[in-house]
Amino acid sequence: MTIVLNGADAPGAASVADLLERHLGVREPHGVAVAVGGEVVPRSGWPYRSLPEGSVVEIVTAVQGG
Amino acid sequence: MSVTIAGRELGSALFLGTGGLPSLALLDPVLVAARPGLVTVSVRRTSAAQEGGLLDVLRRTGVPLLPNTAGCTSAREAVLTARLAREALETTWVKLEVIGDEASLMPDALELVDAAETLVRDGFVVLPYTTDDPVLARRLEDVGCAAVMPLGSPIGSGLGVLNPHAIEAVVAAVSVPVVLDAGVGTASDAALAMELGCSAVLAATAITRADDPVTMARALRLGVEAGAAARAGGRIPRRTTARASSPTTGRIG
Repeated sequence: MTIVLNGADAPGAASVADLLERHLGVREPHGVAVAVGGEVVPRSGWPYRSLPEGSVVEIVTAVQGG
Repeated sequence: MSVTIAGRELGSALFLGTGGLPSLALLDPVLVAARPGLVTVSVRRTSAAQEGGLLDVLRRTGVPLLPNTAGCTSAREAVLTARLAREALETTWVKLEVIGDEASLMPDALELVDAAETLVRDGFVVLPYTTDDPVLARRLEDVGCAAVMPLGSPIGSGLGVLNPHAIEAVVAAVSVPVVLDAGVGTASDAALAMELGCSAVLAATAITRADDPVTMARALRLGVEAGAAARAGGRIPRRTTARASSPTTGRIG
């Protein structure tokens, strides 16, 4: 199963929290937000939100800017 | 010199953009020198090579964060970015940028108003980056923006306030605070913006890309203070002829 993570193909994951753990090493990283299919998934939903085949996932954080 | 936006008193009328600092180590001393009322950050995709620590430094100082939607070119993109920022940074405040042209980095007025309206309805405190057009500023106020942020000149140009009369017209057109955003190159630009009636000034490049960002941060803070004081003091009318400041009577001879 594959998903699109931050614009690139990536292996799927059972949940948003699982994906965060693989991507950032933590299941509930601070200062991070997640959108699936163009909708924000609130932090409280990370352990429960599944990621069907082809899900488009954005994981973002704050960087210097503006 | 404080400023109140959306009922919240911010400790300083100088807002700091963090983009362009050559090293994160400079952020702390720049914050100390600038003592900004708000600090902007951008929201970007995470990467393995992420430089950590930005939020740690900012949270330690306690300065309120103002995430921006820099780089967004449509209302849809800007709204999603704002919502992600709210989730990541736990703030409903957003500096709304919807860029219409990659070369000039001018805002796209139609998309901007559209995004502002959506975000205000969604509970955001919206501070839109806009042109120095009083009509557009009023439109943004009408849809519920908490302030308007006209550009003095193009982003990163350091050209200062190119059209002071337009900035004055924006100040006259709206009742929300006006924050000069973009174009500031040095302290006198910030002072001029405040003299024209702006309630605050946002500076990023002017500080972060200066030879000595810490010293320039202090200069900008003093510039904003000087300009605000000058505005409050009330400048004399401009005259085209001289007017003696010493008594014209009692001269010898």
